[in-house]
Amino acid sequence: MSKGRFGPYGGQYAPETMMAALEELETAYEHFKNDPEFQKELDYLLREYAGRPSLLYYAEKMTKDLGGAKIYLKREDLNHTGAHKINNALGQVLLAKKMGKTRVIAETGAGQHGVATATAAALLNMECEVFMGEEDTKRQALNVFRMELLGAKVHPVMSGTRTLKDAVNETMREWVTRIADTHYVIGSCMGPHPFPIIVRDFQKIIGEEIKAQLLEKEGKLPDAVLACVGGGSNAIGAFYDFIGDESVRLVGCEAAGRGVDTYETAATVATGRAGIFHGMKSLFCQDEYGQIAPVYSISAGLDYPGIGPEHAYLALEKRAEYVPVTDDEAVEAFGYLARTEGIIPAVESAHAVAYAMKLAPTMGKDQVLVINLSGRGDKDVAAIARYKGVELYE
Amino acid sequence: MNRITAAFQNGKAFIPFLTGGDPDIETTERLIEAMADAGADIIEIGVPFSDPIAEGVVIQEASQRALAVGCTVDQLFDMVARLRGNGVNIPLIFMGYGNSVYGYGAEKFMARCKETGVDGLILPDVPFEEREEFADLLEAYGVTQISMVAPTSRDRARAIAREARGFLYCVSSLGVTGVRTSISDQIGEIIALAREESDTPCAIGFGVSTPEQARDMAKIADGVIVGSAIVRQIAEYGRNSVPIVAEYVKTMKQAVLSQGK
Repeated sequence: MSKGRFGPYGGQYAPETMMAALEELETAYEHFKNDPEFQKELDYLLREYAGRPSLLYYAEKMTKDLGGAKIYLKREDLNHTGAHKINNALGQVLLAKKMGKTRVIAETGAGQHGVATATAAALLNMECEVFMGEEDTKRQALNVFRMELLGAKVHPVMSGTRTLKDAVNETMREWVTRIADTHYVIGSCMGPHPFPIIVRDFQKIIGEEIKAQLLEKEGKLPDAVLACVGGGSNAIGAFYDFIGDESVRLVGCEAAGRGVDTYETAATVATGRAGIFHGMKSLFCQDEYGQIAPVYSISAGLDYPGIGPEHAYLALEKRAEYVPVTDDEAVEAFGYLARTEGIIPAVESAHAVAYAMKLAPTMGKDQVLVINLSGRGDKDVAAIARYKGVELYE
Repeated sequence: MNRITAAFQNGKAFIPFLTGGDPDIETTERLIEAMADAGADIIEIGVPFSDPIAEGVVIQEASQRALAVGCTVDQLFDMVARLRGNGVNIPLIFMGYGNSVYGYGAEKFMARCKETGVDGLILPDVPFEEREEFADLLEAYGVTQISMVAPTSRDRARAIAREARGFLYCVSSLGVTGVRTSISDQIGEIIALAREESDTPCAIGFGVSTPEQARDMAKIADGVIVGSAIVRQIAEYGRNSVPIVAEYVKTMKQAVLSQGK
């Protein structure tokens, strides 16, 4: 069996031109992850620049309103650049710099990972180019301009469905074209080995902090941890430290779009099956011939036809459960959290909030549910207004 | 001897590629017959895929056109069976992505290769490290997976060459498929390494379009693969592309033959 497996999933299904770079990356990562200097530098950036540790906030009003489990919000939305994506971007761009690379490239869906990568690149003096589906550049025009302000060049991707999967395709094509001086900063726990492990390792700080913070506040482990899942980086970050704690329920909330019984969905575990794509064996939405499905979600960040291989394995082993959440439910939760707690979540994170609204009332008052609030919702306000038929003039 | 390897015995080999189902199955079938008549030694048939990450724009668009007219791999298998019935005897190879095999059902896929006469598979996203993915089924059904090396392969080239069957697909330069005005000679060093390890013929692909380039590549390799240049002719002339492509294949075969055996 090849490297980087999670049960049957994972591996290195990448073109030959990429393989030497993957080997180089693996060797470098194995070295630097055990290098105290590297860890010290990254820790400094995470604390002093990104604002870690992020808060674990007791959502008292929401708890009382829903009348069940005590709800805590892990405030990744308060990180610099407004999402968990900065954890991975700082880690990978620093790693790339240590490897002697001078240029980073990245795909982005909602734009959060692109902004995080552009930010880390600006800070660490790296050239940065971001590939974004043309459809997403329209949905998230503000993030395009943010990336440009940060000195990145943004390429609208015109191929395929012009969304996240096409952005990944194009970034892979760009990487094999100019591989010697360039590192591909993959934004989620996906792609060929060693990316799923690298991204998970840079995100697992979320779950480690949740564990320590909750022990301090409640003196116990959480009963459930909820996170939204596209590729699954914020979810694997929140889940990873709890995988061995069997009492902790791990719930990934997938984007069901207009519903899992329609074609306009991006719920991979609910509607996909095993396949080989984007460098990995995992679960993918696809047809009988293995053509990748043109998926849909209101959330550009969850609008992806696959899921990271470690999630596919956690689903197979039934260690984590994956539930579909529709656009309507996510939009409802988006407004609910804003009204109830004064926090506007990213529409991605609103998928986890939506499922918490169903799950919390079924749990006991002595139980604790943690929602990983992976990002803030400023970027989504205009899109939510459109969804609700409200016209905005800026 | 492997049927694919044997195809390198008529002097330097010329290996054209076309995307199956572009602009339609009937034209693909006529093109393959015409290319075989024009001197093609092996023909690569692209299995259209929704997300071809190793392809440049020309072949991406051909894939999209084929999918838009509803081309499926079942239709391509049926087409190969008809071609075999009509006396096309040269090796035919499917070039596609791992999920076209895996998603269809790998065993069913290999069985259909054997039954219809597909000799080999080129799967750019199933590299050396993942060769076990389909190895047992390839063996069981007598289908050859063509291995690839690239200018970045360096030390890997030896190991890949040792296990290569059919021929070794040598990617000329970095990047995706597509016509290039100049091709560096980096791949020459990789071919030299491969030849120290194996007698399997080496064919160069990616970027070749002119007879001059084909001649230069044939100097350092046993065969030359041309894809995007042909796909571009098919894109331009559609159903009327058959005589144009046939003439081009004839010219290119002459160009590589000029470099002898």
